[in-house]
Amino acid sequence: MYSDKVMEHFQNPRNVGEIEDADGVGTVGNPTCGDLMTIYIKVKDNIIEDIKFKTFGCGAAIATSSMVTEMAMGKTLDEAMEITRNDVAENLEGLPPVKMHCSNLAADALHAAIDNYREKKGEKVEGTHICSTCG
Amino acid sequence: MIYMDHSATSPVDPEVFKVMKPYFVDEFGNASTLYSLGRDARKAMENARGQVASLIGAKTEEIIFTGGGTESDNIAIKGTAYRLKDKGNHIITSAIEHPAVDETCKYLEKIGFEVTYLPVYEEGIVRVSDLEDAITDKTIMITIMHANNEIGTIQPIAEIGKIAREKGIYFHTDAVQTVGKIPVNVEELNVDMLSLSAHKVYGPKGIGALYIKKGIRLEPLIHGGGHEKGIRPGTENVSGIVGLGKACELAQKNLIENAKYITNLRDKLINGVLDSIEQSYLNGHRTKRLPNNVNFRFTGIEGESLVLHLDSKGIAASTGSACSSKKLEPSHVLTALGLEQVDAHGSLRLTLGKENTEEDIDHAIESIKEVVETLRKLSPLWCATPGAERGE
Ligand SMILES: Cc1ncc(COP(=O)(O)O)c(C=O)c1O
Repeated sequence: MYSDKVMEHFQNPRNVGEIEDADGVGTVGNPTCGDLMTIYIKVKDNIIEDIKFKTFGCGAAIATSSMVTEMAMGKTLDEAMEITRNDVAENLEGLPPVKMHCSNLAADALHAAIDNYREKKGEKVEGTHICSTCG
Repeated sequence: MIYMDHSATSPVDPEVFKVMKPYFVDEFGNASTLYSLGRDARKAMENARGQVASLIGAKTEEIIFTGGGTESDNIAIKGTAYRLKDKGNHIITSAIEHPAVDETCKYLEKIGFEVTYLPVYEEGIVRVSDLEDAITDKTIMITIMHANNEIGTIQPIAEIGKIAREKGIYFHTDAVQTVGKIPVNVEELNVDMLSLSAHKVYGPKGIGALYIKKGIRLEPLIHGGGHEKGIRPGTENVSGIVGLGKACELAQKNLIENAKYITNLRDKLINGVLDSIEQSYLNGHRTKRLPNNVNFRFTGIEGESLVLHLDSKGIAASTGSACSSKKLEPSHVLTALGLEQVDAHGSLRLTLGKENTEEDIDHAIESIKEVVETLRKLSPLWCATPGAERGE
C-alpha cells in the first residue's frame, strides 16, 4: 500500500536524531493517536543549516519526517514555511488516503520548529500549528 | 519468508488441496440431484460432515456448512435473537470478540436488543462471576469466544456453558481460533452452537461450519432452496466442504502432537524476546493462551513500523495498532486489557504454525531485537531503563 519512495525513506530515514543546542524545536501529534514527531533546527543567516527529527509512528509518519528534513535542509526559513503537507506527500510519490491527514504531520512539525525559533528571537508568529486530533 | 500470521489465515495443506481438486472439473455435480454424479457429490459432502463432527465431538447431523466463520457467527447470533425476541432482548458477550461477533451485537443493539460486554481484565479472560451478575430474566443468549484471535487467551467456556444450561439460555461460542489447535468437544464445553472456519486450520477460505445442538431452533437469515436444513440454503460448495472435512481429519490426527510442538516454539519465542529486550511485555495471560499465539508490546514503538521492518527481514506478522487498521483506533482487544492507547499502538502479534521451526524462532527473536532497537533510536518516546544496558 506504500509507494517505493515511502518505503525507501522508511527503511533508510535521513537526518535522524536530536540537536542538543537546537535553535528551534517543534513537536506535533499525539501518541494516543499513534503519531508523534519532533523536529530540531539549527539556523544561520536565516537558513536551515541543520535539521533532525525523532518520530514515533507508522511507516508514513517516519517517511514524511525523513522527507521533510531533506526538503528543508539548506532552505531559508521563509522557503521552509512554504512547504506543505501535500508537497511532502507528492515528493514521496503519494500516501494512502487514510494516512494523508493522520500521519502526514511532518510539515507541521517543521513549521512549529521555525515558529519556535522566531518566537525565541522575539518575532511575532501566527501560531497556527496546533496539534491535530485523531482521525 | 517465515510466515508467522497463522491466526490471519493458513496455507492449504497439499493433502487438502489434493482431495478438493476433483470437485471442480470432473466431479462437478450438484449435490441435490438424483443421478450418480450428484449422489457422489452428496456422499463426499456427508463424509466431510462426519469429519467435522468427529473433530468437535458432535453428531453428524448437528453440523451445518456455511461460508466461513463470519457467516457462522451471524447465523447463530442473529438467528437466535430473531427466534427468541419475544422471550427477551438481552444478550451477553465479551469485550474482546472478533468483529464477526462484536459488530453483529452492535447491530442488534441498533434494532432494540440490549447487549452486555463482559470485561476481561489485564489477563484477557472473562470472569464467571461477572457473567452470573449480568444474567437477567430477559437474557436470551450468551456468545463468548473460545480463544481470542489477537491475544490468544482461552475463555472458561465449559463453566459458562454450565451456567447457561442451568438457566436455559442459548450459548454460542466462536471457536474459529481453537478448532484444530486445542481439543474442542461440544459436549464437554456445554455449548449449543459453535462456529468454525476452514482457513485457520490449513483448509480453504470461504468455507466453515456451525454446530447447532439437536433441539436448538434458529430463525434463518437467508431464504432459498432449503439446503443445510434451511438454515444456510444455496447450492453447496462441494470442493470447499470436502477441503474443510479433510483439514479437520488431519487436524484431529495430529492435534496433541502439533499443539505440543507449537507450544514449545511459542514459549521459546516469548522467553527469548522478553529476556533480551528491555521494556518488552506479553499481552494476555502467560499460559491460558493458544499454543500458537504470541502478542508483545514494546515501549516507545508503533506496531505498523515494526511489522513493515519485520517484513523486510522476511517475517510476516501483524499488529493491533490503529495505523494498520482502517478505523484509526487501536484494537478494542488491547484497550480492553486496560492498556493505554499509546501502548496499544505498540503491539506485535506472531501466530505460529506447524511448518515453523526452531531456527525460524531464533531468526524471529534476532530480527525483533534489531527492529526494536532501530525504531527506538527514532522514537521521541523512548527512554532506556537506567542501568539496563549494563545488565543491572
Ligand atoms: C475469532 C474469529 N472469529 C471469526 C473469524 C472470521 O472467520 P472467516 O474469516 O472465516 O469469516 C475469525 C478470522 O478472521 C476469527 O479469528
